[in-house]
Amino acid sequence: MSKDYLEKELPLEAKRRFIFISLVIAFIVNLFPLQEIIFLLRPDFVALTLLFWNINQPHQAGMSVAFTSGIIMDVCNSSILGQHALAYCFMSFLAIILHRRLVLFSIFQQAPQIFWILLLTQVIIYISGTITGSYHSDWYFFLSSVTGALIWPIIALILGILQRPEIDPNAL
Amino acid sequence: MESVPQFFRTGPGPQARLFFFSLLSILLMIVDLRFESLHKMRQAISVILYPLQRIALAPASLYDQVGTLIEDLRLSKEINYLRQQYFLYQQQFSRLQILEEENTHLRRLLNAAKQTEVKSVMAEILYIPRDPFKRKIILNRGTSDGIEAGQVVVDDLGVIGQVTQIFPWSAEVTLITDKDHAVPIQVARNGLRSIISGVGKNNELELRYLSINADVQVNDLLVTSGIGGVYPPGLPVAKVEKIEHDRSYNFSRITCIPIAGVDRNRHVLILSMPLSEPESTNNSNTTESKS
Repeated sequence: MSKDYLEKELPLEAKRRFIFISLVIAFIVNLFPLQEIIFLLRPDFVALTLLFWNINQPHQAGMSVAFTSGIIMDVCNSSILGQHALAYCFMSFLAIILHRRLVLFSIFQQAPQIFWILLLTQVIIYISGTITGSYHSDWYFFLSSVTGALIWPIIALILGILQRPEIDPNAL
Repeated sequence: MESVPQFFRTGPGPQARLFFFSLLSILLMIVDLRFESLHKMRQAISVILYPLQRIALAPASLYDQVGTLIEDLRLSKEINYLRQQYFLYQQQFSRLQILEEENTHLRRLLNAAKQTEVKSVMAEILYIPRDPFKRKIILNRGTSDGIEAGQVVVDDLGVIGQVTQIFPWSAEVTLITDKDHAVPIQVARNGLRSIISGVGKNNELELRYLSINADVQVNDLLVTSGIGGVYPPGLPVAKVEKIEHDRSYNFSRITCIPIAGVDRNRHVLILSMPLSEPESTNNSNTTESKS
């Protein structure tokens, strides 16, 4: 188990195009109109996509990408400009400084660690919302980081396909 | 960028980047809260985002279209039902016309202002922001459809909220359940005036600062009073659900449930009130429009 990483395929440097497209798709998924319970439970797909690229391609998608998507999320959510940007910056900071450790784990083993990072992100959103808006949200607001961690393997699998090297058997 | 391998390029470290970006976002937050200058920036970003919002809505509208196709099969039954209803309402309508004429006559006698004509625009909910701190929805109408900030949003049952920010093709509506939102209301039964405000929870409103001996009962209907000129008078807002008298407070705690499907609808109406002097409202006004 501990030498899993030796058998792993070396991921290709993902093209910026892929990162951009995956983020756009994540935004669209985030914008789906949903009903009450699913609405509360739905994970933040933009955060998950950002985390994936921060862990696997920290040079391609760094903190500036996180900041920009945070600003866009703020406009989508009509929250205070900068609230999500701040949280996403902290999130990608954690992901970037931990990325060497995180890539050694399989995607299922990564899930609990993703949970802590997502929870911290939500705590930052919660604190900044409380300071500026004085609204005390219910506790189940934090449930979406649990669903985020649960859905992480699926997201990582889908995004991992974009990274797989193309092996051309006809090449010399 | 391609010529130099990534390995050899080192920008500022992650700590420095984090410091820079968090400083920037905190600055943005302060500017956004204290000054109104970022509204243009929001508008620009929302214009770029509009196609994404349309794409996100596409599955839902496809579902709607399939739904209407299935509905079509049941139409003949519905036509019969509606025909019956039509005759029923026709009769009531003729009575209403007489009443309306009588009403205008009486109003002329009283020298009261004419009741304002209200135009309405149908709108669809584009999406619901995922911010748990706010109760807001985004509609698919904007300045291009003549929507203005401050207009009232209703459904078939009652008031839903108010347009608070407008973009070229979309508008942000603050629901009446939002914590920072208040509606001037009257108790329909006795005309008691008050202000109802949201508490930030779904399906809950609160009548604040009503003294313990105020004449409010459970199941009282609360309608807009029209005071302030934003809301047209006589729209149903909420129903009183629970009244708690706690002797240790000066005021009683009155919890209400909104009548309109604040968190249920897909389609809503945006009412545009003609900008005029707010009507001088008295108690009879609401009870008249209710009857």
